[in-house]
Amino acid sequence: MSTMRAQIPVQSAARRPLLARRRLDSERVISWVLFLMALSALSGLAVITAFIFKEGIPIIAKVGLRRFIFSSHWYPLEGEFGILPMIVGSLMVTAGAMVIGMVFGLGCAILLTQYCPPRMVSIIKPAIELLAGIPSVVYGFIGVAILVPFIRDYLGGPGLSVLASSIVLGVMMLPTITSISVDALRAVPKSYIEGSIALGATEWQTTHMVVLKAARSGIVAAVILGMGRAVGETMAVIMVAGNTLELPHSILDPVRTLTSNIALEMGYAAGDHRKALFATGVVLFVIIMVLNTIALRVSRRRSKVKVLAK
Amino acid sequence: MTQVMEQIVQSVPQPAGPVPAKMVVEDFSASFGEMQVLKRVNLQIMPCERLAIIGPASSGKTTLMRSLNRLNDMEPQFSREGRIQLDGHDIYHPQTDVPALRRRVGMVYAVPTPLPWSIYENITYGPRLAGVTSRQRLDALVESSLRASFLWDEVKDRLDMPGTDLSGGQQQRLCLSRVLALEPEVLLLDEPCSGLDPISTARIEEAMVELKRKYSIVLVTNNTKQAARASDRTAFFLMGELIECGPTVELFTNPKHQRTSDYITGHFG
Ligand SMILES: Nc1ncnc2c1ncn2[C@@H]1O[C@H](COP(=O)(O)OP(=O)(O)O)[C@@H](O)[C@H]1O
Ligand SMILES: [Mg+2]
Repeated sequence: MSTMRAQIPVQSAARRPLLARRRLDSERVISWVLFLMALSALSGLAVITAFIFKEGIPIIAKVGLRRFIFSSHWYPLEGEFGILPMIVGSLMVTAGAMVIGMVFGLGCAILLTQYCPPRMVSIIKPAIELLAGIPSVVYGFIGVAILVPFIRDYLGGPGLSVLASSIVLGVMMLPTITSISVDALRAVPKSYIEGSIALGATEWQTTHMVVLKAARSGIVAAVILGMGRAVGETMAVIMVAGNTLELPHSILDPVRTLTSNIALEMGYAAGDHRKALFATGVVLFVIIMVLNTIALRVSRRRSKVKVLAK
Repeated sequence: MTQVMEQIVQSVPQPAGPVPAKMVVEDFSASFGEMQVLKRVNLQIMPCERLAIIGPASSGKTTLMRSLNRLNDMEPQFSREGRIQLDGHDIYHPQTDVPALRRRVGMVYAVPTPLPWSIYENITYGPRLAGVTSRQRLDALVESSLRASFLWDEVKDRLDMPGTDLSGGQQQRLCLSRVLALEPEVLLLDEPCSGLDPISTARIEEAMVELKRKYSIVLVTNNTKQAARASDRTAFFLMGELIECGPTVELFTNPKHQRTSDYITGHFG
């Protein structure tokens, strides 16, 4: 690469040596700056990851991985660190949010792409994307003010619950899922749609048998991003989840998620307790990795089949 | 086979009069927005004939085809006047079952557009939509339609291969097969050979000879030679107007209009 670059000024030197030199220098500088920026960003992430693991792994080793993950007793002051209720809480809340986010987000995307005139989409889509900019504390506040009393009065339980958290998170995921799914659905070639219609399919049959299938990997990507937001979201969840340390038995029970646990106790934790919070972070990290891997696998399954069929 | 017989029996002229047309286009005009694309077209499509439609680009041939199976309904700008009948029924009647119409009037496009699935799935998609569920029946349909479009021998061992991995000519024949699997009554072929090599083209023309026994075929082609050798009647379109329509031999040897003879002798277009 560098030898090739060095040759360029030699060739053009005869005609306009100065200009060629200057351009080369500035390009070199820009590429170095970009390289440094990328390097510092990546190393920053690497350091953070390494730090979390360095702080968290020893305490997991001390308590024992099985006890840390499968015990329901979290009494930090007495040295009891079991995070099972929080793992279950995080998974339940995330699953609920995904169902809500997917059903409504995808429904919205299908409506926008298949049944709305393009001009309307170009107005509605940015409006939906704006919703992503609302701070999570606002979603949490609306959840506490309206949703929680509603659940308490009409469905029972304390109101602060898995259900409330799932709904709030699901709504927060909507803009992400909708906007990425819209892009994926729009990218489906028109010829697929026409081909299907011409074979006697109705619009809805075409949508669910052709368009959704063809857009699957994009939709999965949308859901992965939404899921990342759901697992990681803290503020809104703390406000509506109830944050108890019990294992939830129904979706109307209050829960504490992994992220809430870190946020709630970080202020006063010290020693092993503080380390146990980092260990909670490690578990969160692993869960997100696993979920993302599964989702990616799902989205790639189709192309694998293709390769095999050849 | 029995079906062929039925079709033939049905199409035997009634003693009372001439054979009724399969489709009748009556004073049909079509526009996209302000632009009028078809101007009061009158045309009949007879049972068991191959009707070729020729004419320079942008003369409205595709628009006419897409009006015959109401595919233009998908275009927000589209508007129309006049009538089109299939077996005497107005296809633009508000109560028309449009998916059923599209099954009876099947269409193959200029660019082959298989769905991103296996060959088998591509062909069975239409029949399954129509409610065929028996695996045996589907298998039989796949074989018969692939045979009818001369593709069976090339793909019979790899029906689960993606249709999009076939060559262009094979993809086009796959698109023909998947329309044949619907057991349509009218076949619309819109420049089906425009992107194909001579051998694939010959295959498709060969298939049409066979298919004409069972279906009415409308073949749009930009190749006047193809129209001359592979059709019974020919219609010449120019700027949205039907200039002339008649038996192919007559139209090519003794055209009534100057513009027709200019076009077929290659003086413009
Ligand atoms: N979906 C559409 N929207 C707007 N104009 C169209 C559309 N389809 C075709 N047209 C216009 O209609 C005219 C006739 O096109 P077409 O029927 O495709 O002609 P041909 O098949 O004879 O080449 C062209 O001028 C084309 O630009
Ligand atoms: Mg055309």
